Amino acid sequence: MAGTSLRTYLLTRLALVVPMVLILLTLVFLLMRVAPGDPISAALGGHVPPALIKQIRHQLGFDKPLLTQYGTYLWDIARGNFGTTITDHRPLSQIITVNGAATLELTFFAMLIAIVVGVVIGLVAGRYRDTPLDVFGRLFGIVAYATPVFFLGLMGQLVFGVWLNWLPTSDQASPITQALLKTHTNILALDAVIDGNWSALGDVMKHLILPAATLGLATAGIFIRLIRVNVIRTLRDDYIEAARARGITERSVVYHHAFKNALVPVITVVGLNMALLLGGAVLTETTFNWPGIGHALVTYLENRDYTAVQGIIVVFALVVVAMSVIVDFLNAYVDPRIRY
Amino acid sequence: MAATTPRAALQPIVRAAKPIREAHGIARGMLWSGTAITLFFVVLALFAPWISPYKFNQYRSGNVRFPQLAHPSHKHLFGTTVQSSDVMARVIYGAQTELKVVVIALAMALVVGVPLGLVSGYFGGILDRGLVLIMDALFAFPYLLIAIVIAFLLSSSSIGSGVLTAAIAITVAYVPLYFRVVRNHVISVREEPYVDAARALGARPRTVIRKYVFFNVVQNVPPIATLNAADAILLLAALGFLGYGIQPNQGAEWGYDINRAVSDASSGIWWTGLFPGIAIVLLVTGLTLLGEGLNETINPVLRRRRFGRIDFEPLADESEQP
Repeated sequence: MAGTSLRTYLLTRLALVVPMVLILLTLVFLLMRVAPGDPISAALGGHVPPALIKQIRHQLGFDKPLLTQYGTYLWDIARGNFGTTITDHRPLSQIITVNGAATLELTFFAMLIAIVVGVVIGLVAGRYRDTPLDVFGRLFGIVAYATPVFFLGLMGQLVFGVWLNWLPTSDQASPITQALLKTHTNILALDAVIDGNWSALGDVMKHLILPAATLGLATAGIFIRLIRVNVIRTLRDDYIEAARARGITERSVVYHHAFKNALVPVITVVGLNMALLLGGAVLTETTFNWPGIGHALVTYLENRDYTAVQGIIVVFALVVVAMSVIVDFLNAYVDPRIRY
Repeated sequence: MAATTPRAALQPIVRAAKPIREAHGIARGMLWSGTAITLFFVVLALFAPWISPYKFNQYRSGNVRFPQLAHPSHKHLFGTTVQSSDVMARVIYGAQTELKVVVIALAMALVVGVPLGLVSGYFGGILDRGLVLIMDALFAFPYLLIAIVIAFLLSSSSIGSGVLTAAIAITVAYVPLYFRVVRNHVISVREEPYVDAARALGARPRTVIRKYVFFNVVQNVPPIATLNAADAILLLAALGFLGYGIQPNQGAEWGYDINRAVSDASSGIWWTGLFPGIAIVLLVTGLTLLGEGLNETINPVLRRRRFGRIDFEPLADESEQP
């Protein structure tokens, strides 16, 4: 048996990252360049003298041959230089650290909510298959999936923001908090903890509840479905039958043997759903005026700022690839069969 | 010969319908309720001009302008919007828009994705490797973002925004899914004895794919396409919400209406957002119930028959593993 070692597996997997990143980057480049219309005059509006447009075109290298542009584009990304926006001259690196941090804060708490809700309901529905509990769990999952995040967010704003007046309906923190809180990590909740500024933390958390719950509940639907099917599948496995045959109580079989194994694939699902969560974050951030990277993308799309859009899409692509690699690593670590 | 051909063509349909007749319990309930909800919206869409009290962009009746942001009343059951149009009319006409876009988008995604998957899976080789790399890269990417970018690029081109742009954006987002499903299935079917036999008899690849592989693979498509339609509704609504879907003068679209409702919400106005939202939730739920019901009755791993209990070996979902 010459099973491949973990290290060899990891190295092969890492090598596969290169073509994947290259393909994504090339697709983004082609899309943005093949795009009809002139990006620069589009971004600056119609009232710019041709000479200025020409100068900016030259500055951005848009007048060079396509292949040269492609080379520069790849080389810039390799050096970590994602460019500067056309409309408001912000370096992309600043968008990544500031807006990215806001998105990270939102998606982290949303994922937490999604995992707790999804795992609990999914396990119960799978365990009590075909009972009213299962029907309820599945229906909850389907409706959670069927509800657009922006609709759920709107209803949350109406009920908890406008009618009950419990929670703020937009922004990441109140203006006072944003002005007074010192910046360490750009993640406001973390900054508040570092400073031991508990009133600021309370304010940040209050602003976080609605967006995170909205995005989390919408994502939970997917978890419920997958975990339920996994539990059903695991409960039919031979080793479960064997455990039952050994006289282990059904309770112990379910809780100690089945659930643990049914949850292993969740790692994959969590990882793959990070990509989905990023898509959902765009909508959640727009609904709640959350200053994340998705919100930035929508704003720059409206302003037709091609370099900003291209830069943000490239960042998303890199995040997605990184997530898929991390998922595969974790899977290989947990499940030796994956290493072939 | 001529008599057997139509029957042979019908056979996969009959075979596919068999588990549906045998469905019972929850799966049966899901199938029927899903079908009922979906049909309800199809009827709304097809007969919108007769069902709806007003047109989707109508803001006056005779010479009387509708009130702005009026509460639901007997005259306007779902209330009116800030532009004085009737919310109920917009919800009903919205069904038409959703149906149009989703049908076009799914048809295009199938027409592109299925043949690519068939050819790529059957012939293998460099073409297959390349396609798999590209499709996997696209598949990993959040499809909402793909759709947004495509819609953004198309809307600044001569095509402009509208039904076709939205449909193309959704198509591009879903082609990788169909490609993957079909290709992976073709690869397992390719080695089946009956396909080998056909090849040994000297059938050309074209014939083998068309007559043997296609019908076997295509049975997987209905549940996926139904679930996908549910997803496509959400995607279209998301595009509309972000302003890249159907423009207000071209038709009513639920996502766009919810976008407009966000500013109403701060003054406690609920009817402009609630009704289009409920329409989305209902239609997506209906399609999901239908798709999952189909999946459960057709997929042998999850299927339970009416008579006796047959336990199948749990098949690992190979298509899900990287």
